[in-house]
Amino acid sequence: MSTANPSSNPSSNLAADVIKLADLVASASLPPSDGYVMSDEERHEIEECLHHYDDNRAASIDALKIVQKKHGWVPDGAIAEIGRAIGIPAADVEGVATFYNLIFRRPVGRNVIKICDSISCYLTGYDEVRNAISAHLRINLGQTTPDNRFTLLPICCLGACDKGPVAMINDDTHGNLSPDTIPALLEQYK
Amino acid sequence: MTADLSETKPLTARIVPGRAPLNLKEYEAVGGYRAVRKALKEMTPADVTKAVKESNLRGRGGAGFPTGVKWGLVPSLEKAPGKRYLVCNADEMEPGTFKDRLLMESDPHQMVESMIVAGYAIQATRAYIFLRGEYIEAAKNLNAAIAEAQAAGYLGQDILGSGWSMDLHVHTGAGRYICGEETALINSLEGRRANPRAKPPFPAIAGLWGRPTVVNNVESLCNVPHIVNNGSAWFLGLNQGKSKDGGTKLYGCSGRAKKTGIWELPIGTTAREILEVHAGGMKDGLKLKAWLPGGASTDFLMPEHLDLAMDFDTIAKAGSRMGTGLLTVVDDRQNMVSVVRNLEDFFARESCGWCTPCRDGLPWTYKTLVAMEKGEGRPGDIEQLEKMTRFLAPGRPFCAHAPGAMEPLQSALKFFRGEFEATIKKIDQTTASHAAA
Repeated sequence: MSTANPSSNPSSNLAADVIKLADLVASASLPPSDGYVMSDEERHEIEECLHHYDDNRAASIDALKIVQKKHGWVPDGAIAEIGRAIGIPAADVEGVATFYNLIFRRPVGRNVIKICDSISCYLTGYDEVRNAISAHLRINLGQTTPDNRFTLLPICCLGACDKGPVAMINDDTHGNLSPDTIPALLEQYK
Repeated sequence: MTADLSETKPLTARIVPGRAPLNLKEYEAVGGYRAVRKALKEMTPADVTKAVKESNLRGRGGAGFPTGVKWGLVPSLEKAPGKRYLVCNADEMEPGTFKDRLLMESDPHQMVESMIVAGYAIQATRAYIFLRGEYIEAAKNLNAAIAEAQAAGYLGQDILGSGWSMDLHVHTGAGRYICGEETALINSLEGRRANPRAKPPFPAIAGLWGRPTVVNNVESLCNVPHIVNNGSAWFLGLNQGKSKDGGTKLYGCSGRAKKTGIWELPIGTTAREILEVHAGGMKDGLKLKAWLPGGASTDFLMPEHLDLAMDFDTIAKAGSRMGTGLLTVVDDRQNMVSVVRNLEDFFARESCGWCTPCRDGLPWTYKTLVAMEKGEGRPGDIEQLEKMTRFLAPGRPFCAHAPGAMEPLQSALKFFRGEFEATIKKIDQTTASHAAA
């Protein structure tokens, strides 16, 4: 083998091995992009975001949100596609995706309930409201109903503390919640 | 009526509950964008900075750092030619704080005008409003206001023929409390994980993309057009002699008080006036047990502290921080171990994980409190919590997150030690009965 190789220097062989190993690790640890095809619409929206920043990397969060808006979550294959679209490593996109709690790396239900568990809501009845939601939907925090209708997540202070307890359902903020009003409120979301 | 209000409540004079925010024409009709014209046509950028310095406007995000001084740290265009940025910290996530939401949702043009005047002062080439992702209404209203301002020539190229150009963009975040820390915010804006950066260099020297950057809170910035319009002496006088800080302050109250809400009052108004007059006192049958002066990361104060003036120096002297200035009142039905457990749960979850003291210390603190809350506290737990407050004191962890988390804990241990001790006595009895059986 060393005769076939123009450079018989052992250190360069080592370097080649290292690169191979790195490729192996990268392909094993990164989500494959096959099976995910980014739509032209998504690609176009991501490209639009690039104008707002002096460096393309800044659009990574916007790009993740664009994909999430379409799919409800960020599928594995989208990570590498986003990396390609904005020109950063897929691992960096995954690092960002897993850091921020509003980016979902697992499927969620059609409606996402984000219930504030910070101090003002805690003082005004968070526990009772969360229990009422859990009892009505038969799910705990972090879970999705079997019919895929609701996911229940905790969230930090929503900045509506004068109306505690507060929860967001999708983009709507609901204040002054009480266990009695939960069934009717949830009924509005199909 | 608007004219009267603008004399005493400049930040909220144009906000009418239930009414849609003013559009550009309506906003201009009540004096809007006058500060932009005045600054760009009659003042140099240095003049604007000087006026803000003289007004003694202190950062309303919680730290109280003088806004004008922060701007003064940005190197001159001669020393650092090229791009520079203004970033509005609109990542309002401090538990118990709901003031910036009001300003952005209800008077978006005031926010936009503030960004233009402040951007001019530091000669920003681009400005960003870093808005938390959950503020859907604020994003909608701000984007509408920016589009109108752009069309009217207040943003973009060669603004009002001044030769200065600036774009303004609303960047919406994707969660995480740590984004409110200014260097973490910059990392997040660059599309990275929101881990804080080492300081120095301070953002004024090397911030967004390594360029000079100023990060200011929403409420701080919203004061700027009024200072430019009316002068620093007028602004100082807004405190009605209640403080040596200038201006008004958005104060508020949440928890089980009668009329929770938010009020623009002279800075230095007492906590008693905020709670008893504006919030109408505690709900019937409840007594005030303790209060947080301005968010989860401030030390608890007691009912006997209510007569303190709510300004940065007075509250600091009493051993806490004014923080964001929105009171969270804890009533006498609450157990302080549970209240602190709730707070530390928040801080542990929101630790960014960058430095070990915070990443490991906060969950440890939280777990200890969970055990105590269940009556499973062990001898030595209180001492361990006290150690935490020293290990996680300012300067030990990488940023101010964990030190902030220790503030409610250390003050609760100081004022309510008996409630913590009670959780340990219980386990002593259990252990004793186990031993007997």
